[in-house]
Order: sequence, then C-alpha cells, then structure tokens
Amino acid sequence: MTDLLTPVLTADWGTDRAWTLEEYRRTGGYRALEKALAMAPADVVELVKESGLRGRGGAGFPTGMKWGFIPQDNPKPKYLVVNADESEPGTCKDIPFMMATPHTLIEGVIIAAHAINAKQAFIYVRGEVLHVIRRLRAACREAYEAGYLGQDILGSGVGIDLVIHAGAGAYICGEETALLDSLEGRRGQPRLRPPFPAVEGLYASPTVINNVESIASVPAIVRGGHEWFASMGTEKSKGFVIYSLSGHVRRPGQYEAPLGITLRQLIDLGGGMREGSELKFWTPGGSSTPLLTAEHLDMPLDYESVGAAGSMLGTRALQIFDQTTSVVRCVLRWTEFYKHESCGKCTPCREGTWWLVQTLQRLDEGQGREGDIDLLVDLCENILGRSFCALGDGATSPITSAIQHFRDEFEAGLHTPSSELFPPAASMLFRQEEVTA
Amino acid sequence: MTLSDVTMGELHELAGRYPHARSALLPMLHLIQSAEGHVTNDGIEVCADILGITAAEVSGVATFYTMYKRRPMGEHHVGVCTNTLCAVMGGDLIFERLKSHLDVGNDETTDDGRVTLEHIECNAACDFAPVMTVNWEFFDQQTPESAIEVVDRLRAGEPVQATRGATITSWREAERVIAGFEDGRVDEGPTAAGASLAGFEIARERGWTAPSLDAEGSTAGVADTKQEAEEQADTTRAGTETLIEESPADTAEEGNDD
Repeated sequence: MTDLLTPVLTADWGTDRAWTLEEYRRTGGYRALEKALAMAPADVVELVKESGLRGRGGAGFPTGMKWGFIPQDNPKPKYLVVNADESEPGTCKDIPFMMATPHTLIEGVIIAAHAINAKQAFIYVRGEVLHVIRRLRAACREAYEAGYLGQDILGSGVGIDLVIHAGAGAYICGEETALLDSLEGRRGQPRLRPPFPAVEGLYASPTVINNVESIASVPAIVRGGHEWFASMGTEKSKGFVIYSLSGHVRRPGQYEAPLGITLRQLIDLGGGMREGSELKFWTPGGSSTPLLTAEHLDMPLDYESVGAAGSMLGTRALQIFDQTTSVVRCVLRWTEFYKHESCGKCTPCREGTWWLVQTLQRLDEGQGREGDIDLLVDLCENILGRSFCALGDGATSPITSAIQHFRDEFEAGLHTPSSELFPPAASMLFRQEEVTA
Repeated sequence: MTLSDVTMGELHELAGRYPHARSALLPMLHLIQSAEGHVTNDGIEVCADILGITAAEVSGVATFYTMYKRRPMGEHHVGVCTNTLCAVMGGDLIFERLKSHLDVGNDETTDDGRVTLEHIECNAACDFAPVMTVNWEFFDQQTPESAIEVVDRLRAGEPVQATRGATITSWREAERVIAGFEDGRVDEGPTAAGASLAGFEIARERGWTAPSLDAEGSTAGVADTKQEAEEQADTTRAGTETLIEESPADTAEEGNDD
C-alpha cells in the first residue's frame, strides 16, 4: 500500500531555486536522459507502454501507444509538441509545475523526442503566464549550454532542437489540432480528422502532441522503471498525478497522489470544507467534465470510476462549490466562456453557444420562459457530437449535468433571479465586512 | 516605417527559429506590440513582408487571439479573472470595484494612460482564487482592497511585486519576453508558494513519499492492444484514433503539404 500522497513531480517544489540546472542536477536531474540515450528508441517507447502511463491532458490515451503510432518509415521529419496551453477552467497544475521545475519537462521532452526519432520539439505554452515563460526560456538555454539539447547530445549522436513557443490567448489552442494550426502561425482552428497528427500533424508531418504532465512523468519512469511506476495507482490507471483542489475548501492547492484517491480523502487532508460549508457540486476534471455531487465523494478518482459515474477524470481539476453557490450562475458563466472561446469554424458550436447564453441569461435573471429548460437540453443535443472538436461537446457538459442534478434551480429561474436565491456575497472567500464595506 | 533596425533584426531572428518561418508569426506579433504599444498597421505589413504572406492573413491572426491589441494600451495591463470559480470566490466584485475605482469599463485605459483593465478567462491559478494579473504576472488571493492597492501603486509609479513572480516592469517589456527574449528576471520569485505547496507540505509533515525506486508492482491492467486502449480511454477522439489506425485511410498521403 502506497502513502496517500506521493510527491514525484512536486517533490522539489519546496527546494530553493529548483528551476535552475544546478539544482536540478543536484537531485539527479538528466540521469534519466543518459539512461534513455543508451537505449534504442523503440525500447524507450516499449518502456513507456509497459508503465501504463496514460495522457494527463484529459483524454487518458496511453502515451507509449501514441508514440508507437508514429510511422517511422515515413520519410518526413517527426515532431514532438508539448501542449502547455493549460486553459481548461479549473485546471492549474502545469503552470506551477513549469514555474518550479522546468528542467523536468525539458528532460522529458528530450527523452520523448529520442523515442519517436524527432529532431525538433516545441513547447507550446499559453502566453498569459509571463514568469513561467521566463523559467522555460532560461531552462531551455541552460540545457543547450550543457549539451542536453542541440547536436550530438552527450556524445550520443542524437540531435534535438527545442523551441519555447508562447501562444497569444485562445482556449481553443489547447485542442491538439488547433494548437498545430496556431503553431504554424495561423488562427487556432481545429482540423478535421483523419488524417491524425501521428500521420499528418505539424507541417503535415508525423507529430506527437502530449500534455506537460505526461511528458514530465517520463524521466521518473525511465529512472524507476515501469514496475515502480505501476506500483502506484489502480489496475488500469497507473501511476501518480497532480490533483488540483480549488474553491470552497479550507486548503485549496496541488496534491500529488496515486490515481484512485477519493475527493473525500483530498478534502479531508486539507482540513475539510471551509467553515460552515457543505459540498454542493464539483467538477472532476475542469468545466468540460459533467458536474458531480456529494454522492460521488467516495468514488476513486481514476479514469474508469469517473467515467462510470457519467463524467470524465479530465485534468483532475477539482473545483468545489458549496451550498451558497447558484448552479445556474455558474453554468451561465461557463457557457459565456465557451461562447467567447468558440473559434467560429463549426456552426453548431458557434451559433449554439450563443443561443445557450441567451437562454441561460434569462434563467439567471429570473425571467426564464416556459420551455426554456427543454430548449437548453434540445440545444445541447444539437451541439454535442456535431463539431470538429470537443469544445462544443464540453460546452454542453455543465448544462446537461446541472439540469440532471439541480433541475429545480433552473425551474426557479422562471420567476426568481439566482442572486436572490443565492446572494453572491455568501460565496466569496474574503470576509463579509470587506464585502459590505 | 516606424520600426527600428533593431526590431527588424529581431523579427527576422524570430522567423529563423522555426523550420517554417510562418510559425514565428505569433511571437512576431508579440514583439510588434512590445515595440509599438499595440499591433499597428505598419507592424502587420512588416510581418507580412518578412513571412511572404498577405497583410490580410496577418490581420486575420492578429484579430483571433485576445492577447493582441489593435488599440494603444496603457502602461500596465490589469486582468481580473471572472471565469466561474474566481467569479464566485469574489472575482466579480473585484472587477466591479476596479472599474468604478479606475472609472473605466472592460478593455479601457485610465485617463493617465497607466492602466488598461480587462476581465480575463481562467489563468490556471484556481487554487489561488480570486486571481488578478498585472502584465501577465500572478496576484493571488485578491480582495477588492488588495486589488485597489495594487492599481494605485501602479498608477503612482511605485514598485509592485507579483505574488509568484518578478517585479512588475511594463506590459510592453512583458510582451518582449513572451515574444522570445529573456529579460534577466528569471531568478526572482519563489520556486512555488502558498496553495501550490498544500499537498507537498502535508506529505512532508506526515513523512509520505512515493515508493522507493526498487519497489515491485503489477502491470496486469496495462492495455496491450489498441482495442483495450480505446476501451480505457475516455474520449471518443481516442476511439476514432484507433479506428483510423486500422483503416486504409491511414496510409500516409505524402506531398499534400501546403
């Protein structure tokens, strides 16, 4: 039985200057790279396959298998792209990770690029995180200076270049094919699949796109071995992950644990809910994953269990809301976000999110019309599965799940504003006298 | 043409960092903002010229992304997260208070040209809600009072320190780092702080660690086949990826690079 919390990715977050190469090497940094460079690329792919590592960016697809999809007989260059465009509402793990220990990510990038025979890699980081970008750029420079990047890495004959590329503010660029268009200097709009990025990705060449946390887990797997990694987690959800707790809890923050810990355990570790507070609803993996309630407190937070409950593990972005919160207000705000971030390419998403906002605004203001709830459900059915990417699908998740769990609150929107039913001041985290001052 | 020779040289340098020069367009537009104060028409023409594409194509990109500004900006950009979690935790009230304190609306600049206020989407710091940013540096766990104090200091030209980051410079200097040039401030600020360390500190107090590297485990549940992987993955996208692997369409069509 492993400990309840198992810091691996976060193990050095308490160390002064952990972002520097000097500090990273002092704690064993780049030893995994030396080991991986001595291995044949196919053996590195096999090791990651055997570990059971699954994508940490939301979908949970096996990382090693994704690497194995790259057609090595394709004469075009192969590319590795790290998705560091962390923007899913509630998700806040990759940003502190890259701020604290950017070299772990860069070491993972070099190992992964070696595994898929990529000579060029990119880290696509969202633009709105200045200090994280500073730390990534400095770490990349240090890695070049130390001979971990560039030609003939550590005398192995392997050559890999890395570009730190900052985005410019667009949630949609976290979608992997929109990210590729953006990285090619275009508007970030998703592509129709097939062809899949593994065959025609960046510059129409074979491309692997992995989340930050997936790639950052690779050095530890190379050092510890697949059995060590698989000694944590559940049968089908192996290893450690970062759970991000936010909202009406006493101790929000990042908690690194084996897959399968429960929300009750996480909340209890931090001393419970805030004073006088009861859990009302929560997201398991960001706003695009259907809402859950207190009945799911003891569900293991792994891919299978959350899926079986009708939601998705996603990015383990656990946004916690208590009894003071209006679910209608929350759903409206998330829907406004999806409307704003819809790239406009597909009609159901572009137009549908607009209509969803109109309808939800009425309900939030207590001016809903007879049939508005059915209209919302109907709109969602006409958006779900009818666009190129998952943004439109994600937009429907909070709405349909909220109506399922809290239909009476939507019905109240026919006559009473949400701010009367749930005065916003009661939900705020700062003291009441500051609110009313 | 208003751009300096130095900026022109740096724009070309950015274009040279990529296998295909057009990939540099986003960084180049960040640099244009840094040099010009916003994305100017001249800047658009210059980018188009360097990359061999039309000004309309550059303009199409510049208007897609929210970080690009087509109007002159204030010295500092102040962002208040009003996405759901921050909004409920107090972000809505903070944004309202700042609007009335600064006498501006969303995406507007104060009369003294010091501050442009904007409500922003989730900036990946939800455990520090309610969150504010200044020139894309984090100001964690804000209250209306603390937010007003920050903007007052910015307007008075007093030094301001990010909660987890460096001393605030200016929006234009920040855009230069985002574009691709270091500013020597990387060593300011902590490794991690506050909420980021919640789990780390609890583990340290209780002596919890990951298993030692020689522990044994089981790999029984690891997917061996694409079908198993598809069953395990929780998106339909992964499912179609498996299907395509097995379909004739998967044979790579070469040579249709644009």
